[in-house]
Amino acid sequence: MDAIFLQILNGLDKGGAYALIALGLTLVFGTLGVVNFAHGAIFMMGAFCAVTLEKILTLSLRVKDESVTFFDAYKETPYLEVWFGDTGTAIIDWSVPLSIILAIPVMLLIGIVMERSLIRYFYKRPHADQILVTFGLAIVMQELIKAFFGANPIPQGAPDIVAGSAAIGAVFGLGEAVVYPWWRLIYLAFSLVTIGLVFSFLHFTTYGMVVRAGMADRETVELLGINIERRFTIVFGMAAVVAGLAGVMYTPVLPPDYHLGMDFLVLSFVVVVVGGMGSLPGAVLAGFLLGILQSFSSMTEVKDIFPGIDQVIIYLVAVVILLTRPRGLMGRRGVMES
Amino acid sequence: MTNTKIVSPKQDILYMVILSAVVLTMPIWLQPFGAAYPDLMQKFMIFGIFAIGYNILFGLTGYLSFGHAAFLGVGSYTAVWSFKLLSMNVIPALIFGTVLSGLFALAIGFVSLRRSGIYFSILTLAFAQMSYNLAYSVLTPITNGETGLQLTQGDARILDRAAGIQADASLPTPNLFGIEGIGYSGFYICAALMLISFFIYLRIFRSPFGLKLRAIKSNQSRMGYTGYNTRPYLMTAFVISGMYAGLAGSLLAVTDPLAGAERMQWTASGEIVLITILGGVGTLIGPLLGAGVIKYFENILSAFNDTVLVNAFSFLPDWLANGVASVLGLFVGDGWHLTLGLVFMLIVIFLPGGIMEGINRLWRLVSNRSSSSAEDKEKEQPSTKEA
Repeated sequence: MDAIFLQILNGLDKGGAYALIALGLTLVFGTLGVVNFAHGAIFMMGAFCAVTLEKILTLSLRVKDESVTFFDAYKETPYLEVWFGDTGTAIIDWSVPLSIILAIPVMLLIGIVMERSLIRYFYKRPHADQILVTFGLAIVMQELIKAFFGANPIPQGAPDIVAGSAAIGAVFGLGEAVVYPWWRLIYLAFSLVTIGLVFSFLHFTTYGMVVRAGMADRETVELLGINIERRFTIVFGMAAVVAGLAGVMYTPVLPPDYHLGMDFLVLSFVVVVVGGMGSLPGAVLAGFLLGILQSFSSMTEVKDIFPGIDQVIIYLVAVVILLTRPRGLMGRRGVMES
Repeated sequence: MTNTKIVSPKQDILYMVILSAVVLTMPIWLQPFGAAYPDLMQKFMIFGIFAIGYNILFGLTGYLSFGHAAFLGVGSYTAVWSFKLLSMNVIPALIFGTVLSGLFALAIGFVSLRRSGIYFSILTLAFAQMSYNLAYSVLTPITNGETGLQLTQGDARILDRAAGIQADASLPTPNLFGIEGIGYSGFYICAALMLISFFIYLRIFRSPFGLKLRAIKSNQSRMGYTGYNTRPYLMTAFVISGMYAGLAGSLLAVTDPLAGAERMQWTASGEIVLITILGGVGTLIGPLLGAGVIKYFENILSAFNDTVLVNAFSFLPDWLANGVASVLGLFVGDGWHLTLGLVFMLIVIFLPGGIMEGINRLWRLVSNRSSSSAEDKEKEQPSTKEA
C-alpha cells in the first residue's frame, strides 16, 4: 500500500514535467499548426537559466586563507556573502526559486525571437519541413549549451529548508516510514498551479478567448479585424515560458545537462500524441497518466513479471493507443488526420 | 518533383558505369582532399547504402521515419553474432543481417504503416526507442548492454572450425574468403555492395513499383480511388529500406566487429534524415552525395582542436588569433555538431531540395544566362540590320 502510494506520487511529479512540456507543444501546435521539435531544447534552456543564475550569484572573491600557514591557500567566498553576510548566503541558497524571475523574461524573449525569426516562415510548409528545421534548431541550441557549460550534468540544490523529506505518511495515515522529498511535492504543486494558470488564461480572459477562437477558426477571427498573428506569437512565447519554468524547477530533481531536452522531447511527443494532437486537456491527462504508468512499471514486483517493462511502457502504451484510438485520448476530429 | 521523364535503359547503364568508375577510383581522386584512407571511404559507402535505402522510403513515399537506426542496430548485432557463432566470413553475416532487419522491418512496418504523417514518425520513433532501451537493459544477454557486443577468443565459429580454420592468438578479423574486411580490400567489398545496392535502387526508381510509390507521395487518397491498395506498396518500400539499413549495419560490423546500442539511438535516426535531406530527398544520387559530404566534414571538422586553430591563425596578431580561434573553436572539434545543425537548418530553410536542388539551380542559372544572351543577340541582329 505504502509503495503504491509512493509510486503514484512519483508518477505524478514526473507526469507534471511531461504535462508541462506537452502542454506547450500542444499549445503551439493548436495555434500555429507547427510541430516544434525544439520544444525539448526550450525546456533545457529553462534549466540552464537556473544554472546561469546560480553561477552569477556565486561569483566569488578569492582571498588568502590565513589559517593555513605552510603554503599559500586560497578560499573562495561569493561576493554576495562578502557584501550582505547571511542575507547573501540565503539568496544563494534560494537560487533555484529565484531563477523563475530570471527565466520568465528570458524564455519569453527566446520564444518570441524564435517564432518571429524562424517559425513563422514555416506555417505554410509541410509538417515534415517543420519537424526537420526545428530538429536542426534543437541541435544548435543543445550544442551551444554544451559549448558554454560543458558536457557534464551540473547539480543544483533546492533551498535548505525544503531539501529534506516530508513525513507525508503521517498526514495520510500510512505510518511514519512513508516519506517523500519536499522538492518533488513542490514540483507537483507547481505544475498543477502552472497548468491551472494556463487554462484559466485561455478560458477566463478575453485575450485567451480570442486565442481559442483563433485556434478554432483563424480566418474568421482575422476578418473581425483582430491581429491574430501577434497573439499567436505571444502564445508561442507563453509556451516557451511554461517549458522553461518546468525546466527551472526540475533542476534539483535531475541535474541538467545539454541533452536533457532531447530526452524529454521524445517522451513529450509521445505524450502529445497519446493525449490527442491539439487537445490541451488531453496533453495534461496523458502526461500524468504516462508518468504514473512509468513509475508503476519500475516497481520491482512489476519488473519481476515483465522484465524490462519500465523501459518500454510509454512507447508500448503509445503504440496501443495510436492503433486503437487513432486520434489519441481526447483528440478532435479533423486535426492532423491524413 | 523528381525526374519523371523517361530514361532509356541505355542511359541507366551509362549512369551505372560512370558511377562505378567514380566510386572505384575514389582512392585516387580523394587523395587531394585528404580523405583517401580506407576507413573513411568505407564509411562513405556504408552510409551511402543506408541513405539510398532511406530514400526509397522517405524520398519516394514521403513517409518520414524517425526510427531507421533500429534496423542499422539489428543488422550490426546480427552480423556480430554471425561472426561469433558461424564464421568470420562476411557472407553469412551480411545475409543474416539483411534478412533479420527485413523481418524486423516487416513487424514494425505492419504496425506503423497503419498511420501516416506525423503519427507514423512518432510510431517509428517509439519502436526505435523501445529497441534501444531494451538493448540496453533486458536484452543484455544478446546485446551485451553498455559494453557492446564483441568478438572473443572462445567464440564457437562452427563453420570456421569445421573448415579447419584455427584461431591463432590474435582475434580473427572478418574476411571474404581470406580477403580482409578492413583496409583497401574492405573498401572494395563495401564499394561493390554499394554499387549492387545502387543498381537495385536504380531499378526500383525506374520501375512501375517506384512510380506507384511516388504516386503515394503525391496523393495517397487519389491513389486509393483509382483502385490501388497502397498498404502493400508502402510495406514493401518499408521492408526494402529496412533491409538496406540492415545491410549497412552489418557492413559497419564488418569494418569493426563491435556492435553497441548507441547505434540505435534516435539521434542516429536523425542523422540519416539529415544525410538524405542534405543530399536531396527523392533524387537518385543525392543521398549518396549527402552521406559523402556529412561523413567527410564530420571527419575533417572534428579533427580540429584549439591548438591547430591557433597555429592556423598565427599570422594574425596574438590577441586576434586567439579570439578568432575561440570563436571558430565552437564550430569544429567537439562542436562540429553545431555546424551540422546550422547547415541543416539553412538547407531546410533555403534549399529544401538539398545539394541536388542547389546544383540544378546553378545549372539553370548558367544555362539560362547563356541561352538568354544568345536570344538577345538574335534580337539585336535584325535591329542592326535595319539600321
